[in-house]
Amino acid sequence: MSGTEAGKFLGRNLQSSSKSFLAPVVAAIALAGAGALLDWRLGLVLAVWLAAWGLNIVLTESGSPGRRFVVPTIFGITLLVLWQMSVRLFDISQVILPAPTDIWGAITTSGPILWADFVQTVVKGALSGYIMGAVLAIATAIAVDRSQFLQRGLLPVGNFIAALPIVGTAPILVMWFGFGWQSKAAVVVVMVFFPILVNTVAGLKETDAMQRDLMRTYAASYWQSFAKLRLPAALPFIFNGLKVSTTLALIGAIVAEFFGSPIVGMGFRIKTSFGTLELAMVWAEIAVAAVAGSGFYGLVTLAEKRLTFWHPSQRTGR
Amino acid sequence: MRNLLPILTIVAVILGLWYLAVGPMNFRLALDAATRGGADVTPATPDEQGQTGLLRLMLDNPDVMPAAYAFERPRLPQPQDVVVEIYENTIGLARRCEWQGFGAERDNWSPLSDGCLRVIENRRSLIFHAWQTLAPTLLGFAIGTGLGILLAVGIVYNRTMDLSVMPWAIASQTIPILAIAPMVIVVLNAVGIQGLLPKSLISSYLSFFPVVVGMVKGLRSPGPMDLDLLRTYSASGAQEFWKLRLPSSLPYLFASLKIGIAAALVGTIVAELPTGARFGLGSRLLTGSYYGQTVQIWAALFMAAICAALLVWLIGAVEKRTLTRLGLVR
Repeated sequence: MSGTEAGKFLGRNLQSSSKSFLAPVVAAIALAGAGALLDWRLGLVLAVWLAAWGLNIVLTESGSPGRRFVVPTIFGITLLVLWQMSVRLFDISQVILPAPTDIWGAITTSGPILWADFVQTVVKGALSGYIMGAVLAIATAIAVDRSQFLQRGLLPVGNFIAALPIVGTAPILVMWFGFGWQSKAAVVVVMVFFPILVNTVAGLKETDAMQRDLMRTYAASYWQSFAKLRLPAALPFIFNGLKVSTTLALIGAIVAEFFGSPIVGMGFRIKTSFGTLELAMVWAEIAVAAVAGSGFYGLVTLAEKRLTFWHPSQRTGR
Repeated sequence: MRNLLPILTIVAVILGLWYLAVGPMNFRLALDAATRGGADVTPATPDEQGQTGLLRLMLDNPDVMPAAYAFERPRLPQPQDVVVEIYENTIGLARRCEWQGFGAERDNWSPLSDGCLRVIENRRSLIFHAWQTLAPTLLGFAIGTGLGILLAVGIVYNRTMDLSVMPWAIASQTIPILAIAPMVIVVLNAVGIQGLLPKSLISSYLSFFPVVVGMVKGLRSPGPMDLDLLRTYSASGAQEFWKLRLPSSLPYLFASLKIGIAAALVGTIVAELPTGARFGLGSRLLTGSYYGQTVQIWAALFMAAICAALLVWLIGAVEKRTLTRLGLVR
């Protein structure tokens, strides 16, 4: 949105609803002033916060097409700026909370270390375990698919286990599989198995009697109707499980490293950097984990969009 | 109870697999012990045993198998050993517990005998550790749920909040924040916040976002028809909220609460893990793994499972009663 446009919006807003617009502005200035009376730094932080919030209100009211993207971005940037300002103005110790610029410094200076940790934890630990767990879970679901009896037992038991603190098995699995990435992959397999299993079993039940009857009138075999009807119908459910599991996989891989790891890996780095009070490095690892987590989730969502384009939830243009 | 038999079958299958795995898992340990004890085993030296496959070893030394099942510090304990460990550290400790009655002794105001106090205060007692974990979980869950509902109301009624906060609330779900829980605890301790609060902060964070996302969905679930009806009654905004939006959001709220409480418990346990917390189920897991006490690890794990099941069941029971009273389910 260009400057003149924004000016027009502001003008229109001030004209059309000057009363309802003015009151919050006065309140905001009063709040910032009260903060400034207590402590000028607090006042400054409050002023920046309220100014950004006001800008967001104007943008929201404006109804411009880009606001779905612009408003949350401004909100995120505001949070970062407030974080930076608070740390610098109040002189918060590095040991308690480093500023975003310090974290960015740690990311740029120790790129190779972060990359090595990323490969060890995300690629070798989380990703390999995730793929193994997903394949195992979907295969198990298909194996019990023919037996109504087993399905009826598996759904409640699987739901129950999926709610348990499975990450607690990490010490046991590290004991069994050693300190290498294999034990991390094992933890991830156990963690992602049940959510995906339960969702797949539920998804395979999704077709209704009419659809199955239609396949029967085509004289379709079990596997034909499975591949052409029931598996596609189950895909939205399977992807639901896969999406939930992306975060679980990263958590499992990082937490398992707390119980023993080679001298590389994100969990190891978080633990040791914390021991030497290099908090900026800890936060750098957290930033990498956040980006990796969102990226991983995004990839699965992208695959879902491609494979379940026919599903109502994927249709664009409401 | 149509599902009882299938469920029991699945549980039996899992237990069976567990039993079958105990022997092979502990076989090398048992064989090593047998070799050092001077028993006649093939191959005779530990080096050769290390190079031989597990299956071959088991076939050649069938008489070591009982020892593998009865091994003292096993890699995989037998199920009944875990049950015995849990029993001894909960009910077993309470065997001499008795109600003395108020005023039985003037000096001792507590109505419970020493045996009871051991259950609650003993460091071996799993109930003690479970409570150390449950208390921060529940406190954090309450905080997280309360704040989550408030934020959801804000999001539903304020367009700016919706646009700016909601994408971040959803994106934050994909971030493995749980992995830094232990660090948060230490930092808060350094700042001087101690006791229940640091741990509950983690669990409140984890239960916060499911509640926000679920409640936003729930508060928006009334359709145009419902809202129009209220408008024809000339209902005020507050009436619309209390009589329509809030009741119709309850099914969504309870679904989120179940996810939230499970996540909160996991959060507390993970928060206890590498910071060397002295009490709590997480610390039992950690000390167990340091000293190779596998039975202790499994017992703590099962205790955590029992707690999680109880909490989820409790919310499910409240859900059922509430929704039945509201007429939302039959």
